[in-house]
Order: sequence, then C-alpha cells, then structure tokens
Amino acid sequence: MINTMECVADAQSLISISLMKIHNSRTQRGGIKLHKNLLVSYVLRNARQVYIKEKYAEIYRMQQYEEVMTVCNEIQELNPLELDAEDTEDEDLTRTACCGEEFHRGSIKEPEPVYYRSCCMEAPLPSPCDQLPVNINMHCNKTTVLDLDTHVVTTVDNGYIHQDCCCDAFQCAQSAQSPAKKRKMDFGYCASDLDDFTTSRKRLKREDCLYSCQDFTDTSNISNLISIFGSGFSGLLSRQADLEQICSKQALAGLGAWTRAIVAF
Amino acid sequence: MGEDAESPKINHTFLRDYVTEADVISTVEFNQTGDLLATGDKGGRVVIFQRETEVYSGEYNVYSTFQSHEPDFDYLKSLEIEEKINKIRWLPQQNAAHFLLSTNDKTIKLWKVSERDKRPEGYNLKDEEGRIKDVSTITSLQVPILKPTDLMVEVRPRRVFANGHTYHVNSISVNSDGETYLSADDLRINMWHLGITDRSFNIVDIKPANMEDLTEVITAAEFHPHHCHLFVYSSSKGSLRLCDMRASALCDKHAKLYEEPEDPGSRSFFSEIISSVSDVKFSHSGRYMLTRDYLTAKVWDLHMDKGPVETYQVHEYLRSKLCSLYENDCIFDKFECVWNSSDSVIMTGAYNSFFRMFDRETGRGVTLEAWRESSKPRAVLRTRRVYTGGKRRRGDVGVDSLDFTKKILHMAWHPAENIIAIAATNNLYIFQDRVNPDAQTQ
Repeated sequence: MINTMECVADAQSLISISLMKIHNSRTQRGGIKLHKNLLVSYVLRNARQVYIKEKYAEIYRMQQYEEVMTVCNEIQELNPLELDAEDTEDEDLTRTACCGEEFHRGSIKEPEPVYYRSCCMEAPLPSPCDQLPVNINMHCNKTTVLDLDTHVVTTVDNGYIHQDCCCDAFQCAQSAQSPAKKRKMDFGYCASDLDDFTTSRKRLKREDCLYSCQDFTDTSNISNLISIFGSGFSGLLSRQADLEQICSKQALAGLGAWTRAIVAF
Repeated sequence: MGEDAESPKINHTFLRDYVTEADVISTVEFNQTGDLLATGDKGGRVVIFQRETEVYSGEYNVYSTFQSHEPDFDYLKSLEIEEKINKIRWLPQQNAAHFLLSTNDKTIKLWKVSERDKRPEGYNLKDEEGRIKDVSTITSLQVPILKPTDLMVEVRPRRVFANGHTYHVNSISVNSDGETYLSADDLRINMWHLGITDRSFNIVDIKPANMEDLTEVITAAEFHPHHCHLFVYSSSKGSLRLCDMRASALCDKHAKLYEEPEDPGSRSFFSEIISSVSDVKFSHSGRYMLTRDYLTAKVWDLHMDKGPVETYQVHEYLRSKLCSLYENDCIFDKFECVWNSSDSVIMTGAYNSFFRMFDRETGRGVTLEAWRESSKPRAVLRTRRVYTGGKRRRGDVGVDSLDFTKKILHMAWHPAENIIAIAATNNLYIFQDRVNPDAQTQ
C-alpha cells in the first residue's frame, strides 16, 4: 500500500502533473514513448488510489457522523409507538452498509475497471447504489469535462444533459470502438488515428487554460477526472458502455478523447 | 582527446555553455581492441576516435566522422522518426576493415570503416584527373602502380536493416557467433543475420493481445558474451529474463527469471519508475549481470535468480526528491552501467557531471566528476562527495545544489585497460588510470 503519509494534496498534484505529461507526449518529436507513458500511468494509478482511498474514508466518516447525528435526533424525538422512525433508521443503516460495502470493495478492486458516476450527487439520493459517489462536493451539481485538444473545460449542470453533449457522447463512444479494434491489430497506427479524431469530433470543452495549475488542483475537477479514468491502467481504455447509461454518465462522453489519448500506450 | 585549450584573451564561456541539441552525445562504445572509440549523437552523427599507437597510453584523436542517420518521417503513421543514435556496437574485426552497427529508433545500419593510404597511378586510359584520354594520343602502355598517399578513412553503409520494429529500438547486441545480432524495442526482440536485410526472426514478443493489459516493456537486451544461444532482457518492472534460443524459436517463455521482491515498506508513488531497469550488461566472464535502475546498480549471479548478489546505492539522497524529479522528468533518465575489463569494478553515471565507481571486492564507491572547470588535462581527478549529513567537508556539494541538467548517462570502459570514456552532454571525456594503466588480472 502506498505510504499514507503522502497527503491527498500530493496525490492531486501528481494526478494533474501526470495528465499534463501524457498530454504533452502526444506532440513531442519522435512519437509517443511507450515506456515513459506506461510509467506515468503507474504514477497516475498510485496517486488515484491514494486520493480515492482518502475520499472514501472521508465519506465514510461523514456518513458515520450523520448516522450518529440521526440516531441522536431520533433518541430525542423517540416515540416508542411510532414505527416510521425505525424504518428510517433501517434505511439509513442499509444505505450505510451499502456504501460501506462499496468503500470496502473500492479499496481492493484493482485492476478491474469500475465506472464511477462523475456527476455530483446530493447526499440522500434515493437512486439505487449501484454506482459509487466519488465526488464529495455536495454542493456542486456540475460535471466538469476536459478537452485535451482545445484545452477547454466545460462545466455541465447535472441532470441537464445538453443535447449535443449527449449525442456526442454517443458518437464518441461509438467511434471509439472501431479505432480501438483497429488498434488491436496494429498498435502503431494509433498515433495517426489520434490526430484524425481529435480534429473531427466535437469535444467536451475546457474553458480555462489547460496549463493553469489552479484548475488542475481544484478538488471537483480532480474528482471528475478520476471518475473518467476508472481504475488501473486497464481502466484507462474504455470498455464499451451501455447505450442507456451513456446519457447518465456524462464522464463517458469524454472517454473518446481519453481513449485516443491513452490508447497509444 | 583531452579538453580544448582555453584562449586567455577571449572569454568563450558563453559559447561553451550553449549546447546544440544535435551535439548531445547519446552513445559511446569501444571496439574489441580498444583502439577505436565511437560516439553517436542526437544529430545522427557518428564520430570515431582512434588511439595513437606510436605512444604508449596514447591519446585518442578524431579518426572519422559521418552522418549515420537522417531525420525521417513515417507517412503512414504521421510520425517523425528521430535521427538520434541510440546505440553503437562494433563487430569483431575479421580483416583490415572495421564494421559497426548503429541504430536510431527504427533502423539499424551496418557501416564499413576502411583505410586507404595508397592510390593507383599510371592509368593508360585515364589521365591524372580521371578524364578519359584520347586513344589516338596513347603511344605506349604502362602498368599502373600503387603509390602512398595521405591516409583516407572511408565509411560506407553496407547494410540497412529497416522495417523490423514498430516501437522504439533501445538495444542492439552482436552475438558471439559473429554472424547474428539482436535488436530490441519496447515490446519485441528480433534476431538478424548480418548479411540479410530483408528479414529477421522475432524471438521475443511481449505485446499483449489487448494493449489495455500492458504492464511492462523491454528496456534493454544483450547476448551472452560466450554462449551464442543465451541472451538476457530487462523489463520496466525491474526483472531480468534469461532466454535460451535452443529451447524454442520464440523465447517468450524465459529460461530464468531474475527479480528482487519489492520492499513493501518503501512503497511510494514512484516505486514502479525507480525499479525500471535502464541498462543490463553481462560481465566479461559471463557469470554475472550488471543492471542499473534509477537509484541503484545491482550485480546478479546467473546462478541465482532470487535477487542480486550485490547492490550499490548510486545516489540514495535522491529518494526524498523523487517528486521534484518526476516533475522535471529527470526520474525518467536512463543511466548506463559498465564493467571494467577484469569485472572487479563497476561504473555508472549520476547528476552534476558526477559518475561513480564501485570496487566489488571492498564494496566501496567513489564519486568523480567529468567537468572541464575542475580538471585540467593530465591532472589527477579528485574524488567528490555529496553532502547528506554529518560533518561537512570542503568541496562537498549539497543535494539541493546538484545540477540535474548535467547528467552522465553514457559511458564506456576500455576492454583491456583502465581507460574510460564519459559522455557529458556534448563533451567526451577520456580518463586513464596512470597508476595502473593495465587492468589487474584476477
């Protein structure tokens, strides 16, 4: 396990630095260096592990705190003849157990890819807990997506998926599939494919300069970027998502760009 | 070849500090006798130095210079191919001519280096300038004779081994059979015959069916110095694989795997990077292997695969600086390592123009500097020290004062004598042991 003395801030900066290196490698002379980018992906994975572990620990602590507070409140209002309170308690405990399970599963789930919801969620969501709420910024209802090519970040409101974004996600996901198959046959073609697709597809945009470190170290941005990556090196390349889930997983809309960025490795 | 004499009148400092990227030396290699020393640079040029034979422990002077590789472009993949010379390897000498292999990222070339010190004179049909004579003016016949002329060194490409690699070639190694050689890229190793350019045999292929499952790449490869069926390759995960070509045509399955278990207590974000092996060299005896990773040099016994038999800390003080070194990309530097002729000393490079030698018998290491400001020709190199705590001595350099742009990545050790060639950016330093010019025999 990574030395947990490394704080989350280090993990965040390493993630942003690593992403920058991967991006810069696409334009350097002599082509993408497979060895170097493989090593960078390891750093990225390690930093991500630390970052997510800390986030889960924080979520777990917060949920435990909320559970304690809820119990305390109920104790104060406790009416032995009212059954609803018990049901609520059970529900909370179930959710806690569910999330606790997810936490446990998340910490050992390597290198199988896990898809996280990139969009923020309000704390008491009734939706089934089949996706892990990575972003702990409870007040943010936005999803940030990144365009490697135009260096623009766009923040998209959660639950209000732009039509063009959705369609592009579908297109990106579909188009990402065929070049991925092609690349399996001959890896060497990927770099040229990279350039083809980056210019022809509409990307999710980043508003600010890519090189602004401030943006990269912003917690919500990092959380969203992590969700895009999934887990492990194998998670850097997308498996094909279900079409029904594409609209609900805004992060996957950007997977096309990431696939093309990383597939060369 | 010592250092340039400094003009006392004109300050050339600013000129010296300006380094053209193309002049950066990227590989150094002695031939089997040590009389010739070849260097390759990022501009695709090869410079061959020859040792003065008339004087004992003579100096090396420029013998020949030629353009080995040119910048190229893969139109199909829209990829630029750098002309940088990654490796040079000399072939064993079989006649008066010398042969060497040089490679960039994609193409390997065989060059013939020959001397011409005579030229024929007295042609009947041509005049001295080479113009065809008018036959009617010829009244008698003469036999052309060879007359001595100034020495001319001719370098001609004899073979071009192209289209063998999809990924970047990192190593070439000539087999002891004198007929074949191997070339290794990130995922594959090919075996070539020196006389055949239109095909090669793939002997190692670690490319996964699904590139998503890629976990390691090949970083270096070398044939065994005596056994023509054995070769070793190192990986980015820090392991070595010894392969026997007699076992099967494809050596994906290793004969022996050498790896050291990772210490879980020292795990960090950069554990994978610093464990990647950047160079592997067989000892002259063929019994040991020397590897270099980012912080250490290790000696492995071919008979023991559980771990190295010796580990030398090259610059352990950098362990706490890995984050900064990752940011400035220095953590990706690939240092080479070399044996001396008797396998009693190993040498490798470091930063701040420092390089280190380790005596295997005593386990002690010494730090030396390849920097013109601190050494004059014929002067004895003084040892240097990096201050890491305790009593500070005069001349010690603090870790934060190290110049990470001055890195010693490439070096070579004379095959028979204690002469070393150190490449420091665009400069080549040749040092000779005055006390023991001949290597001690064991």
